[in-house]
Amino acid sequence: MKDRYLPLVATVTVFVLVFAVGAVNFKHFLSTNVVGDLLTDNAFIIIAAIGETFVIISGGIDLSVGSMIGFVGVVMAHLDVMGWHPLASGAMLIAFGIAFGAFQGIVIDFCEIQPFIITLAGLFLLRGSCFLVSLESVPVKHPFVGDFADWHFDLGGGGRLSSSAMVMLVVLVAGILIAHFTRFGTNVYAIGGDPASAKLMGVPIRRTTVKIYALAGFYNALGGVVYALYTGSGYPLAGLGDELVAIAAVVLGGTLLTGGVGLVFGTLFGGLIQGLITTLVNFQGTLTSWWATIIVGVLLFVFIVAQRTIMTSFMTRRAI
Amino acid sequence: MVHADNPRAVAVRRFSFGELTGRTWFWPVAALALIFLVDAVVSPGFFSIRIVQGRLFGSLIDVFYRGTPGALVALGMAVVIGTKGIDLSVGAVVAIVGAVMTNLIHRDFSPVSVLFLTLGAGALCGLWNGFLVAILDIQPIIATLILMVAGRGIALLIDEGLIVTFRSDFFSAISTGQFLTVPSRIIVAAGTFLALWLVLRRTALGLFVESVGANSAAANLTGINAKLVKIGAYTLSGLCAGIAGMLICGDIRGSDSNNAGLFMELDAILAVVIGGGSLVGGRFYLGLTIIGVLVIQGLTTSILVSPLPFQFTMVVKGVVVLIVLLLQSRRLRESIVGLFLRKTS
Repeated sequence: MKDRYLPLVATVTVFVLVFAVGAVNFKHFLSTNVVGDLLTDNAFIIIAAIGETFVIISGGIDLSVGSMIGFVGVVMAHLDVMGWHPLASGAMLIAFGIAFGAFQGIVIDFCEIQPFIITLAGLFLLRGSCFLVSLESVPVKHPFVGDFADWHFDLGGGGRLSSSAMVMLVVLVAGILIAHFTRFGTNVYAIGGDPASAKLMGVPIRRTTVKIYALAGFYNALGGVVYALYTGSGYPLAGLGDELVAIAAVVLGGTLLTGGVGLVFGTLFGGLIQGLITTLVNFQGTLTSWWATIIVGVLLFVFIVAQRTIMTSFMTRRAI
Repeated sequence: MVHADNPRAVAVRRFSFGELTGRTWFWPVAALALIFLVDAVVSPGFFSIRIVQGRLFGSLIDVFYRGTPGALVALGMAVVIGTKGIDLSVGAVVAIVGAVMTNLIHRDFSPVSVLFLTLGAGALCGLWNGFLVAILDIQPIIATLILMVAGRGIALLIDEGLIVTFRSDFFSAISTGQFLTVPSRIIVAAGTFLALWLVLRRTALGLFVESVGANSAAANLTGINAKLVKIGAYTLSGLCAGIAGMLICGDIRGSDSNNAGLFMELDAILAVVIGGGSLVGGRFYLGLTIIGVLVIQGLTTSILVSPLPFQFTMVVKGVVVLIVLLLQSRRLRESIVGLFLRKTS
C-alpha cells in the first residue's frame, strides 16, 4: 500500500471504531438516522475544512474560517430583510469570499507575510464586520430556507440525506478532483512539499498561492451559506472558533500541517469523527459537553504523535 | 545593523529617513504615537492623569491597566516566537489557571500556597507544550493546538461547568488594588518585564533563545542545549499566562472557563509581530512587544473614548493591524518607493 494512504486508513479505522463503540453501547446508534444527522450537522464545517485542507497541504494556514461563516450568515440575513433571494445573496457572498481569499493570497505572497498573521487580521476584520452589520441574531425568513431544509433523499430506515449534506458531498467530490486531477492540484502539493524546489521547477508560486486562498475563501463562504440556511438565521457570533474545528478536522483527516502531504477525502472523516464524538457524548447523556472537547484533544494528540512516528520512519527509509 | 554591510551608510552618519524607517523600532513606535496623537485630538482629556481615591486615574493609565494581562501573555509569547515556535494554548491556559485558582481558594488553601500552586499549574501547562515540541519534535502550531482545543474542556471539568466565584482579599488586591497610587497589576507586569529583561538580556540566555530560533541544529552544534531552551521558553510562556490568568480571575473574582482569555493568543501573537518579532524565529524584542500590546490596547481604548460606536473596535483593530503589517513588509515598501522614483525621474 502506498504510504500516502496510511493516514487515511488510520482515520477511517478510528471513525469505524468510534462508531462501533456507539453501536455496541446504544441501541439506536447504528442507524441511517444517526448517519444522516451526522452528515447534516457537520456539513458546513466539513465544507470549510475542505478549503482548509488545500491551504494546509500548501504549507499555509487559514484562520478566517469561523469569522467568514459568521459574516456570510449575518449579511445573508440582512439582505433577506431587504428582500433578496437567499440564492442571490449566497452567490454574491461566495463571490465575496473568493475575492477576500484572493486578497489574502496576494498579501501573503507579495508582502511575504506569514499566512498565520494575515489570516488572523482577516479573522478580526470579518468578525468585526459582523458586529457592524448586526449585534443580534436575525432570522432568514424567505420560504426558500424551509424548502432547503425539506429537500432530502431517503436513506431508508428513517434516515435522510439532507440538502446540506448533498451540497457538502458535491463540493467534496469537486475538491478531490481539483486536488488530484488538475495541474493546480499538483502545484499545491509541490509548493507544500518544498516551495524553493517548486519554484525552480517552474510552478507559478504567486498565481497558485492566490488561487489556493481564493479556493479556501470559496469553501469558507459556501460553508457560511449552508450554515445560514441550516440554522435559518444570521448571528454575529456564529462560527466562533470554528477555524479550530476545521484545522482539527484536517489534521485528524491525516493531512500533515508541515504541508505537502494529505488527502481531501480524509478531511471528510476528520470532520465526521469530531461530530461522532459529540453525538456519542449526547447519547451517553451523563457526560457533559466539555468531555467532547477533551476527547477531541486527546485524539488530536494520538494522531499527531502517530503521524510524527510514521513520518520519521518514512524519512529514515528514504535517507537510506 | 540593517545597513552594516553598506559602507556609505556607516561612514556618513547624517539623518536619513530611509535608515530611520529601516529600524525595527520605528514602525511600532510610530503606530503608537499616531494612535496617541489621534486620541489627543479626538478626546482632549486623554492624557490628563489625576489621583482619585488614592489611585492614578485617566485614559492613559487605563490603557496600561487593561493592557497588563495581554502584556504578560505577549512577553511569554515573544520568547516562544523567538525560538521559532508559537504558543496557541495561552488563552486556554488562562482558563485552566483560573479554574485551578478558584478551586484551591474554595479548599481554604492559604493565599501564598494558592499563588504558587496556581503559577505552578500554568508552568506545568507550558512544560507539556515544551515536551511536545522539544522532545516529541512536533510542530509548535500543532503541539499547542492540542492544549488549545482540550484546555477549555479541562478548565470546565475543574469548574464542573459553572462560573465559580470566590472572595479573596489577597488576589483582589493583586489584581485591582494599588500600591503608592499605582495599580498593583501594573507593578506585577512591570516586575515580570524587568525580571525577564534581566534574565534574558543581561545574560546570554536571550542570545541562546535567538540562536535556537535562527537555526536549532547549528545552535546545538555550538553547545547550546536546544531542547532545554525550547522547553524553558514554553514553560515561561505557560508561567506568564498563569500570572495573566491570576490577574483576570482576581479582577472578576471568579473563574469563567468559557470566556477567560478568549482570543488572547491572537492578541498576544499580534502584539509580538507588531513589535517586530518574526514568526520565522531568531529574534524577539521584549520592549517592543510591550509597545505592540499598547498599540492594540490603545486602539481599543481610543475607540471607547471616541464618538465611534464600540462595534467598530474589531474592524478598526483589523484594519490597523493590516496596515502595520503591510508597512513592515520590506518588499511592499520598496515597490512603493520604486513606484514614486519612476514617476519623478
